[in-house]
Amino acid sequence: MNWSEFFAMGGYGAYVWNSYALAAVILVLNVYLPLRRRRVVLRMLHEFLRLKGQTK
Amino acid sequence: MGLTVLLLAVGLYLGLFIAPVDYQQGESYRIMFIHVPAAWMSMFIYVSMAGAGAIGLVWNSKLSEVFASACAPIGASFTFLALVTGSLWGKPMWGAWWAWDARLTSELILFFLYIGYMALQASIDDPKRAARASAILALVGVVNIPIIHFSVEWWNTLHQPASVSKIGKPSIHPSMLAPLLLMAIGFTTYFVAVALMRMRNEILEREKHTTWVVQVLESKP
Repeated sequence: MNWSEFFAMGGYGAYVWNSYALAAVILVLNVYLPLRRRRVVLRMLHEFLRLKGQTK
Repeated sequence: MGLTVLLLAVGLYLGLFIAPVDYQQGESYRIMFIHVPAAWMSMFIYVSMAGAGAIGLVWNSKLSEVFASACAPIGASFTFLALVTGSLWGKPMWGAWWAWDARLTSELILFFLYIGYMALQASIDDPKRAARASAILALVGVVNIPIIHFSVEWWNTLHQPASVSKIGKPSIHPSMLAPLLLMAIGFTTYFVAVALMRMRNEILEREKHTTWVVQVLESKP
């Protein structure tokens, strides 16, 4: 198959590829954000435990 | 997660390389393989969220509250994706990025419902009260779901009527239907995976006073 023809998508390349690109961004973000949140939560909980241990 | 990657990869391959060109819309119809599953997900996630909210209200179950709140941002992002890809499809096909058509408008309202749900939840500090209030909002908003689904039949819309969910034989060729369904199943398993990731974070945070969380943290320094 011809790659430049494939990327041109019959003249609709910009519409098609922007759609797929946005989908990719959204799929990646929805994995990345909870992972980042997990790091924050774990750090926060460690801090919480440490402070709790001090007051005992 | 591995299953999601596999389903999406096969779906993309079939959708982009194998499925033939549409005689009316040319190559632009390939946006459908993103647009239609994203729109389905936007409604499916909303119904799951409202259903979990109702279960939380009736049986006071923490897990369904956590699930409902995990649904909202994921659902909002799929709604956004459906709206933008619809716009990118509408421009070359209809000549307009946007039209105040019943299908488009009701999908936009769905997006605002998700945003309202998240804003309401964020504005109440007590997680129990936040879950109750937002569950009621979600349940009231469920009325929008049949409106979205039937909008193309009830009103004379620019948006085309459904071609897959028709009773009997769908009016779409199997070579286009297969990637569409694979993408939809892939999005669904993806949704389950990322919802579980969000739930795990929130459960840890909510249960910080319990001994099991302390044990988990001690095992993960």
